[in-house]
Amino acid sequence: MTLARSDVPRILIADDEAPARQRLRDLLDECRERFPLAIVDEARNGREVLDVLNREKVDIVLLDIRMPEIDGLEAARHIAGMPDPPAIIFTTAFDNYAIKAFEVNAIDYLLKPIRLERLLAALGKARAAAPVSREALEAAANQPRRHLSVHERGKIHLVPVAEILYLRAELKYVTVRTAEREYLVEESLTRLEEEFASAFVRVHRNCLVARNAIAGFVRNAEESESGWAVVIKGTDEKLPVSRRQHHVVKQFR
Amino acid sequence: MGNVASINQTATGIRLPNFCNLGIMLRSLIVVNLLLAAGAVMRAPDLRSAGFQFVILATFGEPVLILSLVALCGVRRWLHAMGYAASVLALLAFEVALAWVVSRAAGGAFADRAGMGFPQVALLVVFVTGVTLAYFDLRSRALAPAIADARIQALQARIRPHFLYNSINAVISLIRSEPRRAEHALEDMADLFRVLMSENRTLAPIGEEVQLARQYLEIEALRLGERLKVVWRLEGMPADALVPPLMLQPLVENAVYHGIEPSPEGGEVTIEIRRDGPQLALTLENPVPGEGRSPAGNRMAIANIRERLQLHFDAEASMKSEALDGRWRVAIRMPYLTAPA
Repeated sequence: MTLARSDVPRILIADDEAPARQRLRDLLDECRERFPLAIVDEARNGREVLDVLNREKVDIVLLDIRMPEIDGLEAARHIAGMPDPPAIIFTTAFDNYAIKAFEVNAIDYLLKPIRLERLLAALGKARAAAPVSREALEAAANQPRRHLSVHERGKIHLVPVAEILYLRAELKYVTVRTAEREYLVEESLTRLEEEFASAFVRVHRNCLVARNAIAGFVRNAEESESGWAVVIKGTDEKLPVSRRQHHVVKQFR
Repeated sequence: MGNVASINQTATGIRLPNFCNLGIMLRSLIVVNLLLAAGAVMRAPDLRSAGFQFVILATFGEPVLILSLVALCGVRRWLHAMGYAASVLALLAFEVALAWVVSRAAGGAFADRAGMGFPQVALLVVFVTGVTLAYFDLRSRALAPAIADARIQALQARIRPHFLYNSINAVISLIRSEPRRAEHALEDMADLFRVLMSENRTLAPIGEEVQLARQYLEIEALRLGERLKVVWRLEGMPADALVPPLMLQPLVENAVYHGIEPSPEGGEVTIEIRRDGPQLALTLENPVPGEGRSPAGNRMAIANIRERLQLHFDAEASMKSEALDGRWRVAIRMPYLTAPA
């Protein structure tokens, strides 16, 4: 990579609508005179954004909020966990809920149709400004994420929440267990419990089990205070149920 | 606002209720029977014999009522052509004549049992008919502001700002590269908003509704490209059928917003309209992407349309929405009406 190129901010355009991406390209081309830049790639949804970020160095993401599958807000939450995250400029045509949430949490965004001057201003301050905090993004989101992001060797790996069997806290990390393997994520179990309350149930101080991964309960006097352990579907693992969560056993039987 | 529109208006400001409407029939039955019950209670010496008195009144009243409803449904068009005052007079005269025929057919059995002469019976019939008509008149007056309100509410719910701004954005992006397409898209938008912002009081032909929905879909295709596929099944559609205005477009908009946009691959929206005997059947289907995240907006638009169907057709229209094998399906049935020639 030449010195000159690395000087220029590298931009990723993310929008599910082709005309909207074209419009941003046109605008960015006009910006070039006053604000030299490089367009790295285009993405049509949150998943493609993360794919590009795994592949390329990106400094600024122009991120549409409403996109299919993984929307802008969820993508931003995954990006925020990266060690050296790109700056994010949110764009939206109209989304009452998102706009209110963004105002409340002091997150900047551009309204489509975007004006050249506003885009220039946003690009100008994007790299200098502190990245949007994970907490602010979390507060602005109105729905749980569909994926947890695992950061392994500088790459983002997405684990669909629907495939998670259980989440177990250990020291600094939370172990995420799917049918295939285990992952480590840097999150708090309490926060995860709040976010996924409808899909997971707490069986122990350090453990959340997916409701549809519960195969049944067995007596387990030695390891568990309540005398019960939960059997996880598709595995032969039994997780102890604590005395305080004993009511869960009754609820599921 | 000189003319107060009846809820059962077809196309013009008719004030006599439409006696072919199931809701009106049911309401007539209830009002008349309540009046008969009141009469029975007053005629009876004590509460116990009131039941017997009701039976006597009903054996006379019920045939008159049912024959009247059938006849009024049949001659509805002539009655409406007369104007309100004349049609009320004609109706009263008809009821008295019918009462006379029925009491003659009963061979004096009724007069003996009830102990009433014909003048008394005639007066009673005029009274009951008058009260029933007054009830319908009051009811339509009470509902007239509701129609206006529903219209305003409908208007606000129709223009989804999301659609407006995204479309403008899409058109702007076309101006440099494909000016012709941009022009065409703006023309479609102008047509769409002209209708969205007009006074939509009377029923509109379904053919116009389909045209409007097509223009709307043209604009959406601009943004969504190949993700949006539309299948129209209109072979059985009578283009002159009258429907509440702006009913189809919001349904299609819903289908695109909830069924196509949230999916990266997109999907197919199917619209079928056909005549089914005395009814018009409209069915709309769209895929259900993701794990059923359906925001409240969906239900609001549906509730809005249901309310307007009710205002226009009372109990004769139905609307059903359900998830079927991974597709969302809205089915509407309403009476098949055409503009009076």
